[in-house]
Amino acid sequence: MNLDARIPAGPLSEKWDRHRFDLKLVNPANRRKFEIIVVGAGLAGASAAATLGELGYNVKCFCIQDSPRRGHSIAAQGGINAAKNYQNDGDSVYRLFFDTIKGGDFRAREANVYRLAQLSTAIIDQCVAQGVPFAREYGGLLANRSFGGAQVSRTFYARGQTGQQLLLGAYGALMRQVHLGKVTMFPRKEMMDLVVVDGRARGIVVRDMVTGRFDSHSAHAVVLATGGYGNVYFLSTNAMASNVSATWRACKRGAGFGNPGFVQIHPTCIPVHGDYQSKLTLMSESLRNDGRVWVPLHPGDKRAPTQIPDADRDYFLERKYPAFGNLVPRDVASRNAKEQCDAGKGVGETGLAVYLDFADAIKRDGTGTIRKKYGNLFDMYEKITGENPMTTPMMIFPAVHYTMGGLWVDYNLMSTIPGLFVLGEANFSDHGANRLGASALMQGLADGYFIIPNTIGGYLAQGGFSAVATDHAEFKGCLESATERIRQLLRIRGKRTVDDFHRELGLLMWDKCGMSRNEKGLREALQKIPEIRAEFWENVMVPGEEANINQSLERASRVADYLEFAELMVMDALERRESCGGHFREESQTGNNEALRDDANYAHVAVWEYAGPGKPPMLHKEPLIFEECELCERCYT
Amino acid sequence: MKTISLNLRIWRQKGPGATGEFRNYETGPLSTDMSFLEMLDVLNEHLTLEGEEPVAFDHDCREGICGMCGAVVNGRPHGPQSRTTLCQLHLRQFHNGDTIVIEPFRAEAFKPLRDLMVDRSAFDGIIQNGGYVSVNTGGAPDANALPIPQRAAEQALDASECIGCGACVAACPNASAMLFVGAKVSHLALLPQGQPERNRRVINMVRKMDELGFGNCRNERECERVCPKGVTIRNIARLNREFLRAAFLSEEE
Ligand SMILES: Cc1cc2nc3c(=O)[nH]c(=O)nc-3n(C[C@H](O)[C@H](O)[C@H](O)COP(=O)(O)OP(=O)(O)OC[C@H]3O[C@@H](n4cnc5c(N)ncnc54)[C@H](O)[C@@H]3O)c2cc1C
Ligand code: FES
Repeated sequence: MNLDARIPAGPLSEKWDRHRFDLKLVNPANRRKFEIIVVGAGLAGASAAATLGELGYNVKCFCIQDSPRRGHSIAAQGGINAAKNYQNDGDSVYRLFFDTIKGGDFRAREANVYRLAQLSTAIIDQCVAQGVPFAREYGGLLANRSFGGAQVSRTFYARGQTGQQLLLGAYGALMRQVHLGKVTMFPRKEMMDLVVVDGRARGIVVRDMVTGRFDSHSAHAVVLATGGYGNVYFLSTNAMASNVSATWRACKRGAGFGNPGFVQIHPTCIPVHGDYQSKLTLMSESLRNDGRVWVPLHPGDKRAPTQIPDADRDYFLERKYPAFGNLVPRDVASRNAKEQCDAGKGVGETGLAVYLDFADAIKRDGTGTIRKKYGNLFDMYEKITGENPMTTPMMIFPAVHYTMGGLWVDYNLMSTIPGLFVLGEANFSDHGANRLGASALMQGLADGYFIIPNTIGGYLAQGGFSAVATDHAEFKGCLESATERIRQLLRIRGKRTVDDFHRELGLLMWDKCGMSRNEKGLREALQKIPEIRAEFWENVMVPGEEANINQSLERASRVADYLEFAELMVMDALERRESCGGHFREESQTGNNEALRDDANYAHVAVWEYAGPGKPPMLHKEPLIFEECELCERCYT
Repeated sequence: MKTISLNLRIWRQKGPGATGEFRNYETGPLSTDMSFLEMLDVLNEHLTLEGEEPVAFDHDCREGICGMCGAVVNGRPHGPQSRTTLCQLHLRQFHNGDTIVIEPFRAEAFKPLRDLMVDRSAFDGIIQNGGYVSVNTGGAPDANALPIPQRAAEQALDASECIGCGACVAACPNASAMLFVGAKVSHLALLPQGQPERNRRVINMVRKMDELGFGNCRNERECERVCPKGVTIRNIARLNREFLRAAFLSEEE
């Protein structure tokens, strides 16, 4: 497997400029001769499809929801980072770059992250030009807030619904291209396979989720922007349709999968309250700007939170990390919450929660200010729990939130399959072992608006495309195997529901491959997953028929993929015998229980190559070379 | 933990052309902390194991922001709680023994698909006709080059909070989409970035809305009452003003 990252030569700050100059161009008149498939219409996919359409390519864009306006990105709450330094508080491209590399615990590529920081400012300009109504100061200039892992205010936001507003901007741009005839939209179509012809990605097979019909589409290049795989855990903050299917199928067709075991567990989510529960709800990190995290000082203190005086409270983040306080990065905050609960200081009915308290902020700034900042989050919390955070502290607990792992891509965002590009959360690239808050939106939009439009041109301009249409043997083969797989799922008619299997897998993954991992647990998981998978294929009950709307079938197909992919995650977590970022191996910790990296042996991207059914996947390594940043212990005290 | 049992009366329809009917289902005791969609999940698990096809319903984020979910619950789109999407509705809003009638959003422009699912792609059709600012990527001026009064930005956001769920259309006796269109027109008309296309936008979007079979607004105000995001009918008033202004100006031109 060729893992040449194609990092351009030259000083860090000039690489992207030089690279754009070195890339071949497709002249405007020729662009209409190229077909590009974009799978996904979240921030990464919508921004890419729209921009490629603007450039004159013929674009087909696919998504699962009934409209591209509903992609999972819509749920992002807190904000988007950019190195604008509008607050004059010492921010710069270099600082955003450094914070992101450090936040990721030195497991990301310097050149990519620097480019991300450089492009961050243009994203804000673009979004404002589209009419995205970011928060503003009285004077009319843009407002900022702070997010974890940074000591500057560089996060742009639109109340608690930044993702929605950004996505509506990208969706508008996409709808404009649909109107102009440059993009054709295919909603309610799920990608079932990738078609590779002569070693290049040339198309996809999709299932129409309304009619059940299978179809294939050919193109000169395929762009995957299908999001993350957090739902492997069953419970996560992700939308219900988020899946690994698209990227996993690509992996099975030859695309290397980078760091599948890197998962972000977000510290501030509404705790689990029942076994019927279908998802977990995030309470934005922005709340940690004003909310203080605490537990009772003494285990078993059952007094109501408002009855516990300050002296009997432990504000453990402020105590342990005075420099960053409540705004330490997510992995650190999550692990500390777990530690407190493990020590018996957890609160609520299950003992699996800590408080996030706004009383001091309300005293300081007044009810109005706090409501204005967080009103919609407070309402959401109250709808779900029946409690009002203005009068009693929130209860929060960590939950699976984001996957740093994804398909491996080079500097051009191209996977190990030529012609297959991967954007947004679906790729492995910029966040290393832990993503900083407000950086996913930034990355998705940098990928879609600014990187892919340049790099895909470089690929297409190289030419050498044979004429391939959907009557090609590879397309027919893929279509047949995808159809047969669906029929097989429907034939089983067993005794357990899809969700039942999914829940079992999720609990196992949460236990053994979640917030903290050890060799023994991971090995147990490696034993157990194939057993669950085998039972699934014998005993799952998928009701309904093939040629109709069949939501059980859709879920079954995704869970079948999770049951294969989960094994790869565990192998990756087992193989990496160090702790870094969100990947905490109990065997590798410092005296104060912080993550202990092993740079001598693990300063690399672990890239897994699928080797065929029943065969162990092969591990390849892309060494990470740090020319700019000195590798040091991540310290937030 | 408090529990309640409910009688559900759910619209079942196999496909777009099929005739539908209500079917009754009794639930066992359910926690009042459960969400409405989780109740449907639980029902579907039972139906699956009993050999009946589960109830099809659209949903995705389950956080009240994607606009994918929606059904008419006891005559009201998204159910009894104000400013709440169906996915954010919880069983503590109901009482033990309640009968709950659940049916799809019904409107000329929303074709039924299956059970509670309908086709709302007409909304995309309206947005395609101008619900954006026509700027290509690249070359945008610095984001702070043009100060925007905080109040204008906040009002624009109030309008742009619309999640496109379609409850407004389902609630309206005339199946009008004026609140949806008004929200988008307002969002962009309130911002300087929306000015260059202000007239064209409103005329094209309204024309498309009419073409797609949405009815006229007769000031019933039902849309505002059921909007889960609290988008107000001030946006419809603004839409009317914008439309008149645009029609007047284009005549002058
Ligand atoms: C609750 C929540 C809050 C968040 N808040 C923030 C925040 O404040 N700031 C921040 O930076 N990040 C935040 N994040 C993370 C961020 O929202 C996501 O990482 C990001 O939006 C992912 O964008 P994407 O375009 O890569 O993928 P997605 O938005 O997940 O889009 C995936 C797209 O692919 C399509 N798709 C998927 N599979 C298939 C398939 N098989 N066939 C066809 N189509 C398919 C889907 O339909 C969808 O259109 C948050 C995440 C969550 C869960
Ligand atoms: S499921 Fe997204 S709004 Fe209800």
